[in-house]
Amino acid sequence: MDLFLQQIFNGVMLGSTYAIVALGLTLVFGILHIPNFAHGHLYMLGAYVSFFAMTRYGLGFWPALFISVFVLALAGVVVEFLVYRPLRDQPHINSFISAIGALIILETGVVVIWGPQAHRIPNPYPGTIELLGMTMTQQRLLLIIVAIIMIVLLQIFIKKTTPGTAIEAVAQNREGAMLMGINVNRISSLTFAISTGTAAAAATMVAPIFMISPAMGALLGMKAFIIVILGGLGSIPGAIVGGYILGLIEALGGGYISADYKDVFAFGALLLILAIKPTGLFGREVA
Amino acid sequence: MAVKFLREKWFYLVLLLAAVTLPLVVTDRYIFQLAIMSLIFSIATLSLNLILGYTGQASLAHAGFFGIGAYGVGLMTKAGLSFWLALPLASFISALVGFLIGLPTLRTRGSYFAIATLCFGVIISIVIGNWVELTGGHTGLLGIPRPKIGSFEFSSQISQYYLVLAFLLLTLFVMHRLVHSLQGLSFMSVRNNEPLAEAVGINTFATKIISFMVANFFAGMAGGIYASLIGSISPSTASFNHTFNWLVYLLLGGAATLAGPILGAFAFPLLMEYLQFLEDYRLIIFGVLLIIVIIYFPRGLMGGIESLQHRIKTRYRLRKGDGKNVVTASGKSHQAV
Amino acid sequence: MSLLQVENLTKRFEGLVAVNDVTFNVDRGEILAIIGPNGAGKSSLFNLVSGILRPTSGRVFLEGQDITGLKPHRIAQMGITRTFQTTTLFNQLRVADNLAIGYRMRTASGFWSTIFHTRRWKEDREKTMARVLEVLDFIGMTDKAFDFVSTLSQEEQKRLAIGVALAGEPKAILLDEPTGGLIQEDTDGITQLIKKIKAAGITVCLIEHKMNMVMDLADRIVVLNYGNKLAEGTPGEISTNPAVIEAYLGREYVA
Ligand SMILES: Nc1ncnc2c1ncn2[C@@H]1O[C@H](COP(=O)(O)OP(=O)(O)OP(=O)(O)O)[C@@H](O)[C@H]1O
Ligand SMILES: [Mg+2]
Repeated sequence: MDLFLQQIFNGVMLGSTYAIVALGLTLVFGILHIPNFAHGHLYMLGAYVSFFAMTRYGLGFWPALFISVFVLALAGVVVEFLVYRPLRDQPHINSFISAIGALIILETGVVVIWGPQAHRIPNPYPGTIELLGMTMTQQRLLLIIVAIIMIVLLQIFIKKTTPGTAIEAVAQNREGAMLMGINVNRISSLTFAISTGTAAAAATMVAPIFMISPAMGALLGMKAFIIVILGGLGSIPGAIVGGYILGLIEALGGGYISADYKDVFAFGALLLILAIKPTGLFGREVA
Repeated sequence: MAVKFLREKWFYLVLLLAAVTLPLVVTDRYIFQLAIMSLIFSIATLSLNLILGYTGQASLAHAGFFGIGAYGVGLMTKAGLSFWLALPLASFISALVGFLIGLPTLRTRGSYFAIATLCFGVIISIVIGNWVELTGGHTGLLGIPRPKIGSFEFSSQISQYYLVLAFLLLTLFVMHRLVHSLQGLSFMSVRNNEPLAEAVGINTFATKIISFMVANFFAGMAGGIYASLIGSISPSTASFNHTFNWLVYLLLGGAATLAGPILGAFAFPLLMEYLQFLEDYRLIIFGVLLIIVIIYFPRGLMGGIESLQHRIKTRYRLRKGDGKNVVTASGKSHQAV
Repeated sequence: MSLLQVENLTKRFEGLVAVNDVTFNVDRGEILAIIGPNGAGKSSLFNLVSGILRPTSGRVFLEGQDITGLKPHRIAQMGITRTFQTTTLFNQLRVADNLAIGYRMRTASGFWSTIFHTRRWKEDREKTMARVLEVLDFIGMTDKAFDFVSTLSQEEQKRLAIGVALAGEPKAILLDEPTGGLIQEDTDGITQLIKKIKAAGITVCLIEHKMNMVMDLADRIVVLNYGNKLAEGTPGEISTNPAVIEAYLGREYVA
């Protein structure tokens, strides 16, 4: 029973990260109708920027996090402008390939600057808490709480603020939004900034728990895709629910069946879902 | 038409002659080895070209299928089976796995398929890395026997070169026939406009499945040849980097052409060889190049050559001004591009 | 028996009924026009008949056979092809290739016969060539056979789209605004082409906003409004139907 609860807790923690990363991805998908294949790599860059700010300038955890969010929001805008915007009216495969170009640059860039080896960010909250027979590190608990706050804030932003509703309008009907006078380019930039900024926050929160390495982005990016597909491309609730589902599948599958194959469960779940419902759990019918 | 046909035949003959005589010209063993690898990767890139270039489905598990072929041949030949039996068997297994993966994933359109195959590629490498009893885990398979005919073993570079060349020609032959046919038009209709293809009676799902299976058959074959010529394989044989490399060869050379993938598979590694001094920065240049090419030259090198050719041809035709003749004379070929 | 029977067809999207309990028949050899204001559900109706959308309820019969919910390519093979409202073609290919693809469903050569160039492959090729030349002539584009779609004019693209749908020898063809986006002068060619299709014995279902064209072409008209069938009848009946004038003609015809 204790082990079970512990696995659930780990699943929720993993799921919180996944949910945030997938949320950003799904927002971008809603706007551009293409998956941002470099998303995981931008997440990775976010972790490195925090690492850099802490080790090089001796900043504390939270200031480093804010710097990282800011830098990555900017990076997102740049990526959208250079990599995606020129290809907007081309076949999807083209943007996809230029995204591969971008992620190669990001990953190699990080290797060139910080080396291929893994690094560790000092844990700001190493203490533990005992609850219901589970041992939780404070950092993990904090990660869950921050993630939930971010998800709620993002929801409020999209539903209640003018730029947020503009994002939704563009996602639902690009031409219509243009006719209403919405500047689609600006909305694309904004969406990218939010998406990569939140990814940077998640990456920084997770970094003290796991190590950071140049390769961490690729796997996480792929998982984010799985989630976004699990939930239905472009669906916000789908991304959140999908994130937690995947976190739980991994934690339970890894804990009870085989740790070596924990990623296989995740990818297997995706193939299964696609086989049963090709448009995802929350996907909409397309004509 | 006849003239064009002949000219193409000549073009291929010259290329073939160049390929056959290459071993006489290249004496550097290292460069020669590169050429052999380029031949193998040409097969892989050509097969990627079928599913991606012609059918428009971004299969990102290509290295996974290459790995299935490689491990298939590696395991079977180590168990004593002849290379000549193991290779078609492993290729067939690769195609069959493609079929099973295609069933759920090819129903979807565009991004879904790309992501699903990406995932499948990862699953394959994880399985290869962890199924130690079968695959030897991260150490991989060592001591895979070389192909033999009777007592002749393909151990010299020259013999290996010609062996792979023969397989490349076989691949080219199949691709050429497929692409220059009604079946090829079905592939291209799916790439170009799937809803319309479906609306005019093309079973787009079945069309994609066929393309995917053929592509994976040849990807598996390339992997099998690789395994038995190199003699050792590891999980990195099936890694993503291979898929990325082939993507680059394909796009730089020119997708949806037959010469493009081969051109890319030779030109790009050579270029990288010369840029060796740049070390890690090489990859950054690689990424930048990819973005620039896809934005400004989406049809690659062959695309550039073709549009040049087209420009010359239209000028010629305008001068002659006999549109009617052109129609009936070339009406035989329903070939695009 | 009618060629095509649509019975109580309904399509609900989330929060909106695009097609509501619509019933009508299309008789063999006639031109049936479907009209209605923007958003009336005309294109959705075509999508339902051609299998692109699955109906929420209701049935579609072709020659008495239930085709509801079949895949689009099956429905095409059974004899109903269509064009789309936004002209869609295989725009990376040449004109002749587009038509050959339209005829592809009538040929059987698959992987093996293609690799080995079997007799069937050769026959299929001959058949396709003949059909392509025939359709090129029918749509009056013989001299454009080897042009790329992207070099064609707007009107030529519309004609080619109809040609692609015709190439597969359908029993009925559904045309979704075949002159949409064309200026009045350019519509005559299309009008003539539609008459020619009818003369060739192919049943036509036509969605069109240009009323003079509808009145000229249609044998019968079905009027949709907010997903409901408002009226059905000959052009004469429809143009004097008060409900139609109220809902549709009153606004659009004048404008
Ligand atoms: N896939 C879909 N999902 C949700 N709503 C849809 C979908 N397709 C159509 N609709 C809605 O159904 C209604 C009918 O649309 P439809 O395209 O059939 O109209 P139409 O009569 O063809 O109009 P027009 O004359 O402008 O072409 C519209 O309100 C449209 O927004
Ligand atoms: Mg419409």
